[in-house]
Amino acid sequence: MMKHVLTLLSAILFGLAAPVAAQERDGPLRIEITEGVIEPLPYAVPVFVADTAAAAQHAQNITQVIAADLSGTGLFREIPDSAHIGRITNFASPVQFPDWKAINAQALIVGGVSVDGAGRLTVRFRLYDVFAGQEIGQGLQLQGTVDGWRRMAHKVADQVYARLTGEDAYFDSRVVFVAESGPKDNRQKRLAIMDYDGANLSYLTDASSIVLAPRFSPGDNQVLYTSYESGFPKIYVLDVASAGRRVLETQQGTMSFAPRFAPDGRTVVFSLTSGGNTDLYTMDIGSGRTSRLTSAPSIETAPSFSPDGSRIVFESDRSGLPQLYVMPSSGGEAQRISFGQGRYGTPVWSPRGDLIAFTKQSKGRFHIGVMRTDGSEERLLTASFLDEGPTWAPNGRVIMFTRESQGAQGQARLYSVDITGRNLRKVPLDIGASDPSWSGLQK
Amino acid sequence: MQAVFAYDKLNKEQMKKEWGNPMNILSKTTILAAVLALGACSSADRFGNSDAVDLNNSGVAGGALAGSPQDPTSAAYFQQTVGDRVLFAVDQSTLTPQGMATLDGQAQWLSTNVEYSAVIEGHADEQGTREYNLALGARRANAVLEYLTAKGVAPNRMKVISYGKERPLEICSEESCYAKNRRAVTVISVVPTS
Repeated sequence: MMKHVLTLLSAILFGLAAPVAAQERDGPLRIEITEGVIEPLPYAVPVFVADTAAAAQHAQNITQVIAADLSGTGLFREIPDSAHIGRITNFASPVQFPDWKAINAQALIVGGVSVDGAGRLTVRFRLYDVFAGQEIGQGLQLQGTVDGWRRMAHKVADQVYARLTGEDAYFDSRVVFVAESGPKDNRQKRLAIMDYDGANLSYLTDASSIVLAPRFSPGDNQVLYTSYESGFPKIYVLDVASAGRRVLETQQGTMSFAPRFAPDGRTVVFSLTSGGNTDLYTMDIGSGRTSRLTSAPSIETAPSFSPDGSRIVFESDRSGLPQLYVMPSSGGEAQRISFGQGRYGTPVWSPRGDLIAFTKQSKGRFHIGVMRTDGSEERLLTASFLDEGPTWAPNGRVIMFTRESQGAQGQARLYSVDITGRNLRKVPLDIGASDPSWSGLQK
Repeated sequence: MQAVFAYDKLNKEQMKKEWGNPMNILSKTTILAAVLALGACSSADRFGNSDAVDLNNSGVAGGALAGSPQDPTSAAYFQQTVGDRVLFAVDQSTLTPQGMATLDGQAQWLSTNVEYSAVIEGHADEQGTREYNLALGARRANAVLEYLTAKGVAPNRMKVISYGKERPLEICSEESCYAKNRRAVTVISVVPTS
């Protein structure tokens, strides 16, 4: 059963003076996604009305992307055009709600697209609660260049998602990752960036040296990654816009990897290996000054900051097998938080701060899981031959990760899964891919 | 004339696998070049039966061709005869007795051939996360470095690097392959390491 939350949404959010009495429930249409929603909410998004012939193709494309975003969450189900009774021919005309009720569309998205002489694209939309016969929130108009049409479509879908779920959205976001090609024993790797849905793929490095685990900076304008460019694993920082890069020099003769930005965007935490032993360090990216956070004969790696910057979760085998630990971001005593059977790695703090995603290896299988930051309420979301390297959607509700298939022909692919464990999906991308890092919502 | 491959000390199964492995094009080419240089081969099967190879009668009169696997001062000899790699148990960086024996040979060879320096590459199998495997590979490479140092090889002739699980030698997802991927390989060259 779909759950419609019967609480009233704030009139401020909707920009309405007072909520109009609904016909079949006390409040506006809303889908509650924190608990087990099994039945996706049916919606209709008739092709946006094109004001001019030049806008027709964009209207078609934009509508498709909006539907793919919404249906891709597993929370919404599109009622296809072929089932529609009503036709939207004018964005400004009143909606004939009975036509949409008849096909059981709970939500209706109506939009218009125009392209002006200067090549500027305008997208307008309204979201309706069909059974209440009223608009949800205010109509919105977006304007931009024609080649920004995908982003505008994602922005519309983000608005719909946010209004119907009460959660922050995530469609207008990007993912930096490692594109892979070639056989397993001669794999070529290069940094690549794409929209969250696999569109707009472009490359940031060539395949001349191994690159690993790119991570966005807090503002998403820079990427930290590990490269063998010098013949030796070192950390680089790359400017996304220019693809210019520079090495972060650590000690001579040491190997550095697993970098991640602190929320301040100036500090980088990473692993440094010296004399065969791997510990955690931070570096001030401006001055290049490093300080040591751990000093143990064990392996300390895969560090990730809490969103407030006060703590670091990391992986260590100090107990014998790799487990997860949390320590103050300045170093000091660490608390072990993982106690289940198996090995834990690659912990990543949720942008909401409430959960830690991780890789777990147990009985020959790999899992992506989440736990609370004290280690309680561990839940495994996936299982396969090799799942690893989770990254959080900007709203902390979806996790993307690497899944590598078994055997000599094994290939790495990106998948996403809801933190409820539902809606496991392959990211639509034709190439091999690993080590995703999800950006924040684009401004 | 008979082509000779002094690979008696090398596991022949492994040799076969590596020959068929695209990663080893370089060594393949080197050996092939050596074969061609030696002239026509009478050996029916280069990798099959060791009976076909007369190790005591190399036919290389007056010593081996420089740089060939028969030249005891060559990198190819080090790789094939001395043995350039040691293997590790799951999650371990402890040297096995067999590994130590190989490293004893490496140390001895390096003490004779002082113009060479070494890069010790540490590797892991695909079980385990990328970051952890990088650190584990470094541990393995370092175990080799420490052993060779204790056997008298000057530390400034050696460098370690970890590839984690990025450069598997064998590609199946079974223990038979994993066992060969959990390795530290001593790669020698006459190019100074620093």
